[in-house]
Amino acid sequence: MPTTIATEPQVTPQLPPDDPTSLLPKKLVRARPLFDPEIVNRAVRASFGKLNPVTLLKNPVMFVVEVGAAITTVFLIRDLFTGAGNLGFQFQISLWLWFTVLFANFAEAMAEARGKAQADSLRKTKTDAIAKRLTSSGTVEQVTASALRAGDCVICDARDLIPGDGEVIEGIATVDESVITGESAPVIRESGGDRSAVTGGTRVLSDQIKIKITSNPGETFLDRMIALVEGAERQKTPNEIALNILIAGLTLIFLLAVITLQPYSVFSVAQAGSGSVPTVAVLVSLLVCLIPTTIGGLLSAIGIAGMDRVMQHNVLAMSGKAVEAAGDVNSLLLDKTGTITLGNRQAVEFLTINGVTDQELADAAQLSSLADETPEGRSIVILAKEKYGLRGRHIPEHEAEFIPFSAYTRMSGVNFEGRQLRKGATDAIITFVMERGGEAPGYFKEMSDRISRNGGTPLAVADGKRLLGIIHLKDIVKGGMKERIAQLRKMGIRSVMITGDNPLTAAAIASEAGVDDFLAQATPKDKLEYIRKEQASGRLVAMTGDGTNDAPALAQADVGLAMNTGTTAAKEAGNMVDLDSNPTKLIEVVAIGKQLLITRGALTTFSIANDVAKYFAIIPAMFMATYPALGKLNIMGLHTPQSAVLAAVIFNALIIIALVPLALRGVKYRPLDAASLLRRNLLIYGIGGIIAPFPGIWLIDQLLVALRMA
Amino acid sequence: MTSIGILQIAIFLGIILACTKPLGAHMVKVFEGQRTFLHPVLRWLEVLTYKVTGIKEDVEQRWTHYTAALLSFSIFGFLLTYLLQRAQGYLPFNPQNFGTPNMPPDLAFNTATSFVTNTNWQAYSGEATMSYFVQMAALAVQNFASAAAGIAVAVALIRGFARQEKKTIGNFWADVTRATVYVLLPISIVGGLLYVSQGAIQNLKPYTEVTTVEGAKQVIAQGPVASQEAIKQLGTNGGGFFNANSSHPFENPTPLSNLLAMFLIFVIPAALTYTFGKMVGDTRQGWAIFAAFSVMFLIGVFVCYHFEQAGNPILANRGLQTAATSGQSGGNMEGKEVRFGIANSALFATVTTDASCGAVNSMHDSYTPIGGLVPLFNMMTGEVIFGGVGAGLYGILLYCILAVFIAGLMVGRTPEYLGKKIEQKEVKMAMLAVIATAFSILVFAALSSVITFPAKGYWNPQGAAIANLNNSGPHGFGEILYAYTSSTGNNGSAFAGLTVNTPWYDLTLGLAQLIGRFLFLIPLLAAAGSLVMKKKVPETAGTFPTHGPLFVGLLVGTVLIVGALTFFPALSLGPIVEHYLMQSGKLFSMLLPTLGIWS
Repeated sequence: MPTTIATEPQVTPQLPPDDPTSLLPKKLVRARPLFDPEIVNRAVRASFGKLNPVTLLKNPVMFVVEVGAAITTVFLIRDLFTGAGNLGFQFQISLWLWFTVLFANFAEAMAEARGKAQADSLRKTKTDAIAKRLTSSGTVEQVTASALRAGDCVICDARDLIPGDGEVIEGIATVDESVITGESAPVIRESGGDRSAVTGGTRVLSDQIKIKITSNPGETFLDRMIALVEGAERQKTPNEIALNILIAGLTLIFLLAVITLQPYSVFSVAQAGSGSVPTVAVLVSLLVCLIPTTIGGLLSAIGIAGMDRVMQHNVLAMSGKAVEAAGDVNSLLLDKTGTITLGNRQAVEFLTINGVTDQELADAAQLSSLADETPEGRSIVILAKEKYGLRGRHIPEHEAEFIPFSAYTRMSGVNFEGRQLRKGATDAIITFVMERGGEAPGYFKEMSDRISRNGGTPLAVADGKRLLGIIHLKDIVKGGMKERIAQLRKMGIRSVMITGDNPLTAAAIASEAGVDDFLAQATPKDKLEYIRKEQASGRLVAMTGDGTNDAPALAQADVGLAMNTGTTAAKEAGNMVDLDSNPTKLIEVVAIGKQLLITRGALTTFSIANDVAKYFAIIPAMFMATYPALGKLNIMGLHTPQSAVLAAVIFNALIIIALVPLALRGVKYRPLDAASLLRRNLLIYGIGGIIAPFPGIWLIDQLLVALRMA
Repeated sequence: MTSIGILQIAIFLGIILACTKPLGAHMVKVFEGQRTFLHPVLRWLEVLTYKVTGIKEDVEQRWTHYTAALLSFSIFGFLLTYLLQRAQGYLPFNPQNFGTPNMPPDLAFNTATSFVTNTNWQAYSGEATMSYFVQMAALAVQNFASAAAGIAVAVALIRGFARQEKKTIGNFWADVTRATVYVLLPISIVGGLLYVSQGAIQNLKPYTEVTTVEGAKQVIAQGPVASQEAIKQLGTNGGGFFNANSSHPFENPTPLSNLLAMFLIFVIPAALTYTFGKMVGDTRQGWAIFAAFSVMFLIGVFVCYHFEQAGNPILANRGLQTAATSGQSGGNMEGKEVRFGIANSALFATVTTDASCGAVNSMHDSYTPIGGLVPLFNMMTGEVIFGGVGAGLYGILLYCILAVFIAGLMVGRTPEYLGKKIEQKEVKMAMLAVIATAFSILVFAALSSVITFPAKGYWNPQGAAIANLNNSGPHGFGEILYAYTSSTGNNGSAFAGLTVNTPWYDLTLGLAQLIGRFLFLIPLLAAAGSLVMKKKVPETAGTFPTHGPLFVGLLVGTVLIVGALTFFPALSLGPIVEHYLMQSGKLFSMLLPTLGIWS
């Protein structure tokens, strides 16, 4: 019967405690160690396969390096036969040029292999389940899952694997979705509403449900997820393409500079009457050192790793473009409930009217809420217990009549020992009291309004014709939320709270949470219009949503993060799905997007800044024999022309490998304003990029001489 | 460096700073079609121009139409200039009877491209080959036209940033007419009169023959100099009436006229920064560019001045007095005019190559290696230190695009400048312009370094192209590099020391001028066409700030590093090694013994 499902990974996903200083959770749910031996093995093998010039053509910088490596190798072979040239030097140059290409390939392969490993573990869960399909006559037939088509209906009992993506059309069941989310606690799936979507490959734990299949085999969520993490559908993002144009352009410029250097040297050597024109190996070395190999080699790895990082946060981005857009977002639309505030309102205070003791009110409030299983009801019981020491009581069911809440009466309560205890909307309770001959003091309405104005919800309490007071229910802003929103503002991102509350309540919570704007009594149409308005003024908008009625807005937003618990329509409309269904995740997604862009910019700047030092290594080495005076440019004091050129080439190759972890992990991101971020990163990657190679090349030169390799 | 020299440099920059805002604000009005204080006097001329040529001033053009208009304007200017030169024998105002043989086809081609591209490279010698009519009707007219076209392109690019979700970037014909009528013409008239006041000549007389004190006969050239001088500087054209250019006493008689010349060169490029800031709705953006200009200008001028004042150690070692004294300028005075001295020569050399002017008041070839490296490197940056009229601004905006694109990612957003996203199209166009410039300089210089010609060929005398050099070694290489850099940068100043009036050099230098002008500004107009359609992203705390000192530093760094990375290998074989050789007391004189000058 049921095989154990490989849940990958076994760690229970858990959002780390909110750290106000960082937008990125420290512990990543799906994180693997950076250099997992299995992944490294796979990547090393793949880097050789990537030497194929046809595939390398997509990366113009590394293609030029490969051509250079091939040329020096050809000259090396020629010289092996003629015996001319400095064979040892040429051999080492060729070798390191090949290493340069391999290192870049390795970086890309590492990023891809991490995705592939994840895909493999997902694929293991794709067992070909047997589905119980309902025929048109209403009988059940057994078919394989792959035979199912969209529109088919199936029955799933407890312990059955759900054979495909679909919607529950009948029944309610607990489902284990750990395959997709990594979350081991079962979730409830029921027909109707926003919790009807089920995913193929997940398992029903209890009860029976009838499911209408919504996708054909090969197009399921799991299939798409595998394709995404494998990078099969990876397309270059717009910014990546633009950056590629830049580095290809720079490569062309350096190609011109190096190619024309040959005739210049012919002229100079003839004029000086000494020295010789630099050899092909030296010219190729100069070229490879100058062209932006660091960013050229790491660019695609950065992109893949960015997607991977999003994945580690249990968010599935449908495209790299979406992750990039997340970094650019100007406005975040955050749902109040569940994102800014805890999911439910809580009782925080009992307010009595004259002549009523606190104890009386607390007692009535507690009794009227005993049967109220809503979180609000429970919070009243808890408040009564904590504040007034009222212990939970059990009322035998036959002795009491519980009055459930209805939209018509707008109150609930209990009839118990002849008492009629009610709690509900203020005006409904007043009417209730008056009907029974009681009365409400004049200030009662004002009491209630004051609570509303401050963002709370007043719940009046009465015992028959006697009005007792008000329970103050309040939205609780999540811990650390205010700090996060302040950080967002610092980063230049406006946060907008979306709520169904009235403007008064919304304004109060908005000011408590510190959001920049709010949209009260928001209908899905309002949301859509708000997004359009923001976009018309040039802003990029991100939002979360789960319901079918969120779909248009999710599709319109530049970043639409759909909740995995949401409907299929919502998931189709968004460009990201949060498997943990945690709307706060939107903020992290933005941080990851920014981190991705910063990593690209930092490595580009670093790569270009590195060139300065390489000139000081190679140019004097090239022309010291022709113009000994140029030796003054050898400020690093490199030993010989050969050791200098080799040291520069080796440094250039090693820096790629050294930066692979940075490319995969992303540079450290702090939520700062743009000016501070720029100053900091320019200092590290710009100025640092100019300085770093000097000691690096010097050290390699020392080693080469010590090892008698040059 | 002397304190009086430093003070003069400071005064010069102070005057430029003072004029930036008023002239810049005036140009905003001009190019936004508003009324200016000059309208009562000059509007009739603008209207007349439109009537005669059938221009509808309110019809806006897309970038493609704008570019087509610019190209047709330039082609027409080229043909007119070429034909007038070739036909000068049949035209009036020709007291010296210069004829068609004085302007052979290759020379006329080079001169025509040179003036149409705002280069004003002079392979001809004005007073020995050209009639007054050609100087006035062909060259001076192009001085106005090429300058106005440059300003128009800059304004079009500014509109690309300033407007949003539009398709058009202005009307080329209206922009050129307005630039000429309300900016170039009035300043040139005032400037011309100031030149006359300083003693610049203005006549149509035949050349005067005089007997010198020693009894020798000397021919003194005459001509309408002052009128041409003002626009030569103001339009950053630089083509002198005389071969000696601004070192000639009739062109630049006094230190005051020298200051006037430098003022006219910088005033429009400086003012355009304000125009830019105002038009994009944030004058801080303009001042940031002005600051970047100033920083690079000051670095250049003080490096140049320092090395010129330090002079040649080889001469000092021989016991020559090279320190400045009250009666002696000291330093390296070779090729400099005594009335300007070292500070004003170094300043002029920096100013003329920062801007794409190319007028010279001293012999750049005679500068110390590093003193001469400054003008050369200034041009290699693409002349974006104040730069040519219009060309300086659109050049620096290209670097802004690159700087923002490279470093802008480091704030965690896709790059944007002035609220406009910098994407594929803009990067592609900016890179195209940079590559074209690098290609032209590096490849032509490489060809000329090694090419040899057969006997009785048309292109060049038999033998190597480098035989046209007067100097050998690194300095000779510097001369070739300078020629192609100057032409590509549309500067027109010459290191000299290279005989360039042969078909080979005329053609390649002419091509370099065309590449440097059109393969630079067409991509930028294309970028303007793409930018103008984009929405502006509102500025927030997350926006890359492009108005503070940090951006100024980044922009300066980008200009210097892109320039240095592209040209460092070439420069190291030219002025850099020459400098070290000079320091170690070595002279390069391989060709000189064969000429019999050196014993």
